[in-house]
Amino acid sequence: MNKLVVLGAGTAGTMVVNKLRPVLGEEWQITIVDQDETHYYQPGFLFIPFGVYTKQDVVKPKQRFIPSGVDLIVSEIDRVDPEASQVYLAGGNILDYDQLVIATGTEPRPDMTPGLIGDEWRKTVHDFYTVDGAVALREAFKDWEGGRLVVSVMELPFKCPVAPLEFNFLADSYFHERGIRDQVDITYSTVTSEAFTKPVAAKHLSGVLESKNIAIETDYYPERVDPERKVIVSYDEREIPYDLLVVIPINMGAEYIERSGLGNELNHVPVDKHTFLSTDYDNIFALGDAADLPTSKAGSVAHFAVEMFTENFPNHIEGRPMTERFDGHANCFIESGFGKGLLIDFNYDTEPLPGKYPLPGIGPFSLLKETEANHWGKMMFKWTYWNLLLPGRELPLEAQMSLAGKIQEEVGV
Amino acid sequence: MATETIAGTEVQVDEEGFFVDPNVWTEDMAGELASQVGVDELTEDHWTVIKFCRTDFDAKGESPTLRRVSTETGVPTKQLFALFPKKPAKKMSYVSGVPKPKGCV
Repeated sequence: MNKLVVLGAGTAGTMVVNKLRPVLGEEWQITIVDQDETHYYQPGFLFIPFGVYTKQDVVKPKQRFIPSGVDLIVSEIDRVDPEASQVYLAGGNILDYDQLVIATGTEPRPDMTPGLIGDEWRKTVHDFYTVDGAVALREAFKDWEGGRLVVSVMELPFKCPVAPLEFNFLADSYFHERGIRDQVDITYSTVTSEAFTKPVAAKHLSGVLESKNIAIETDYYPERVDPERKVIVSYDEREIPYDLLVVIPINMGAEYIERSGLGNELNHVPVDKHTFLSTDYDNIFALGDAADLPTSKAGSVAHFAVEMFTENFPNHIEGRPMTERFDGHANCFIESGFGKGLLIDFNYDTEPLPGKYPLPGIGPFSLLKETEANHWGKMMFKWTYWNLLLPGRELPLEAQMSLAGKIQEEVGV
Repeated sequence: MATETIAGTEVQVDEEGFFVDPNVWTEDMAGELASQVGVDELTEDHWTVIKFCRTDFDAKGESPTLRRVSTETGVPTKQLFALFPKKPAKKMSYVSGVPKPKGCV
């Protein structure tokens, strides 16, 4: 009996077992391990502070998405011994594996920035990357009468790189609707030199920020937060005062990855960027946010990556070369408030471009342009995620990026 | 793409002055590149960072992040800002002749 162990039953891990169970024969035993019984629809967290979604919209039991023939073990992971091909669970149990998939994602670590976790955490200092954080921020926003709202990125990379921009846009829309937008100053601080890391998209998105009267502080790398003086302080001693601070904490991979010696300085696992095979071990893969890939940490990337991986995996276990090569494809709707949204589509080599994104049946969607259709595309995605994506059903989305519909003149602007 | 003369050698650079081919960089170019970004003197600490950027780029094919440089060299992030003021991630890559850091999208 051969053994496949998947660590993490989030987006990537759940898709992997759903795609591979029908493909791998009975000679393969599949086990998936996760420390949490609840599956979170993470793209939904963004909407909770603004009262669009509640906690109930974004949680379901993990077991529901694990197919028969796959064992789900709910346990913390102590460490992986890659030399012995064994996983040590927190309770002392040991799982042997022939092939290991690491899909434990990346998590916000507010404890890594001095001053974030303290008496003011979840009172005047918030995050929205956890369900508890998003719910606490909903409570804070409900009664807030205005002041300085600062949205601050602590470090790169972090998951869902467009979420802070969306958060700014939605905050603008939300405070307009409450009739107090003129009482709210919104400032977005980011470690990058522009609103986004890719030039053409950055230009479009800067325009959207400006049109919404949202100030931006660039090249801003926060060192600490002083919750008593209500300021963030950067490494180069620039201070931003706030009344309500919303941070995107430092993101790190799971701690067992560090204990296992499998991660980089942020506990993300170095892998081949086309096949996801560990750079150090021939029987370990890392998929989704857990991997150290030069593309977005995002559900769409996890989805496209899993499509490629599950095509390659049967070849890999038979000792044949992996012929499918992942191109870094990412595809993200960006909520821009007032019932509109933008769409970006890109990969390792092609940055997000304007134009049209063809989609059979319901498309095309407009790229890098605010439309109502893009907003509805984003809202429909929750149903798609629970009902089609996680169970591993076919979606009309190509895993490889296509240039069809994209306008390339702006490259190099 | 443009051509610049750095330390007597013609070098192809991109729109922002980063080397198109990191392999043509030599140590004697670092001083001139540094002065272009407002770093007048290269101290031992500067060289620790530059040498790490070079070896890490060779090994990984990517320019290192501030956290990576700080973790691997032991030079605190705060000091990286003192060594390469305002935009240390970009400036240390620039002086080391490696590509502009991608940031992670």
